[in-house]
Amino acid sequence: MRAADLIRFARDAATGNPLRTGLLILAMAIGVAAVVVLTALADGARRYVLNQFSAIGSNLVIVLPGRSQTGGFNPGNAITSTPRDLTIDDAQALRRASAVHRVAPLAVGTSEISVGGRLREVMVAGTTADFIAVRRLTLAQGRFLPPGDWRRGASEAVIGARIRDELFGRDEALGQLVRVGDRRFRIVGVLAATGQGLGMNTDELVIVPVALAQAMFNSNTLFRILVEANSREAIAPAKAQVSEIIRLRHEGEEDVTVITQDAVLATFDRLLGTLTVAVAGIAAISLAVAGILVMNVMLVSVTQRTAEIGLLKALGATRATIRNAFLTEAAMLSVAGALLGFALGHAAAALIRQLYPAFPALPPDWAVLAGVATALVTGLAFGVLPARRAALLDPVQSLARR
Amino acid sequence: MTAPLIELSRIERVFHLGDSQVHALQSIDLCIAAGEYVAVMGPSGSGKSTLLNLIGLLDRPDSGSYRLAGRDVTTLSADEQARVRSERIGFVFQSFHLVPRLTAAENIALPMVLAGIPPAQRGERVRQALRDYGLENRADHRPDQLSGGQRQRVAIARATIMQPALVLADEPTGNLDRTTGEDVMRLLEDLNRGGVTLIVVTHDGALGARARRQLLMADGSLQQDRPRSGGTRSETCALPT
Ligand SMILES: Nc1ncnc2c1ncn2[C@@H]1O[C@H](COP(=O)(O)OP(=O)(O)OP(=O)(O)O)[C@@H](O)[C@H]1O
Ligand SMILES: [Mg+2]
Repeated sequence: MRAADLIRFARDAATGNPLRTGLLILAMAIGVAAVVVLTALADGARRYVLNQFSAIGSNLVIVLPGRSQTGGFNPGNAITSTPRDLTIDDAQALRRASAVHRVAPLAVGTSEISVGGRLREVMVAGTTADFIAVRRLTLAQGRFLPPGDWRRGASEAVIGARIRDELFGRDEALGQLVRVGDRRFRIVGVLAATGQGLGMNTDELVIVPVALAQAMFNSNTLFRILVEANSREAIAPAKAQVSEIIRLRHEGEEDVTVITQDAVLATFDRLLGTLTVAVAGIAAISLAVAGILVMNVMLVSVTQRTAEIGLLKALGATRATIRNAFLTEAAMLSVAGALLGFALGHAAAALIRQLYPAFPALPPDWAVLAGVATALVTGLAFGVLPARRAALLDPVQSLARR
Repeated sequence: MTAPLIELSRIERVFHLGDSQVHALQSIDLCIAAGEYVAVMGPSGSGKSTLLNLIGLLDRPDSGSYRLAGRDVTTLSADEQARVRSERIGFVFQSFHLVPRLTAAENIALPMVLAGIPPAQRGERVRQALRDYGLENRADHRPDQLSGGQRQRVAIARATIMQPALVLADEPTGNLDRTTGEDVMRLLEDLNRGGVTLIVVTHDGALGARARRQLLMADGSLQQDRPRSGGTRSETCALPT
């Protein structure tokens, strides 16, 4: 039997029983669509997290006060129980490191901002001029904090987009005086809106010079020191240099934690990548179920078409021809199901992207390929038994069946 | 003098039903020459269909030998037998056995499709067959849109589309009224006149009497083998002793 005739014959046989064919294709399609959508969600989550981290800034080395338990037992730490705080002097010292491009100290606290009787709780970030470059932020209006002595600073503030909208509405915000805590600041800039992000939401932030923030919170400690390395390759040297400088300044004790964005990213990437694979595996189980369904439906089909199989044998069909006809039918149903599932899955992923634009719900190519391939292989594998059964039927008894 | 087409000797066919055995065929010796027209008659359960299926290579004997056109076919593999059926044997059944989802033309073309004949060649032969059997304007009808007589004509067209040397018909008129049945018999007899060997199983004595040779079966044995009254028995086919 010629290939084209085989395909036509299988197609006619499949369309001859639309309900059976439709249900089978649907089962296959659901399996494939599940793979596509679930991996789109898992991989979307991975990309979402990565995007958020890269939005914080690149080539970033972050210094946190306190030691995280990665270094094992340190006798120095055992003696002095309270770790030293990070100070503005520590931050300034880091600017001397050769691998370091920019440094921005960060002091954080909450306070109230008020203007013209309107009052709102805000997060206040005390920092310096380089913060905007290190964090890769952009301004919508005005300018950022001016460079200058970190221990002083004019009473100027930069506010987030959301704060601007809530306090000033349609009015001009630049040049206005606001009260933050018990101090007055002049607004010199407004940050561009970024939407919800991981960590600090800059839309709801008030940025003031670090010295004024420390005075406001009556403390001389820093929450973080953000360090930007010269380049991607300089991240590791920068980390080493930063650790060493702080250690020397803290009398030989390693009482801070230095993390690089790369390390955090890699961890998340690994974690969420594993999640994607696991989810794809779970979705593939639904394909196996669809395969078993294919087998059962094809077995029923062989039983229903016993007389036809007997006739084909009487007309000179070999066992191989009969087997191929049924295998082709199973393969066609699987292909149709896989294509439909592929389309459905992509449509669902597109819908999710439409509803949540910030969430990059795109199925990875490998998952789509694996899903479609699994559908075809299961369809064929589970089609073998029914096809064999059909090929081995006894022609006389088959013809006698009605 | 024509060479024997079918030579059966000491054919046995036993069916096992639980503990009991049914001797559907018992030591059948039969020789049919090419071009003969044979009617197989006998009471129900006498083994007529079993004999026909065996001749058509749909079934294998438990013992005995079957030579088709001089070649021992009982030892052939299933696929070799399938090729012999495809090239040499046409079947006509009582219940037509048309594929319901295929049109008349597609049903007629089916043996050629299975044999892998190119579509261009198929088209011409199907058109010719539709003309020969008066089915030109039924070509695109499916079996459920055809009358019984039309269905059997489609089945005969299908049985002959590969130009077989042998046509086997098991009660071809069993599901038809008398006049339609006679039309169908005439078509089969026309084939025989064209040189095709024709073996027809029938209950109907009147139809059976039209054959030049009549086999009467009872309990799995050949009771009688007689030429039509007035005719002469061809002696080309000496039975093996
Ligand atoms: N597959 C089978 N299994 C068991 N017994 C069978 C089988 N096929 C036929 N037989 C038996 O063999 C005998 C001959 O059957 P066969 O069908 O050849 O009869 P028949 O002459 O064609 O009868 P009818 O005129 O009713 O068609 C019967 O007794 C039947 O019961
Ligand atoms: Mg019978």
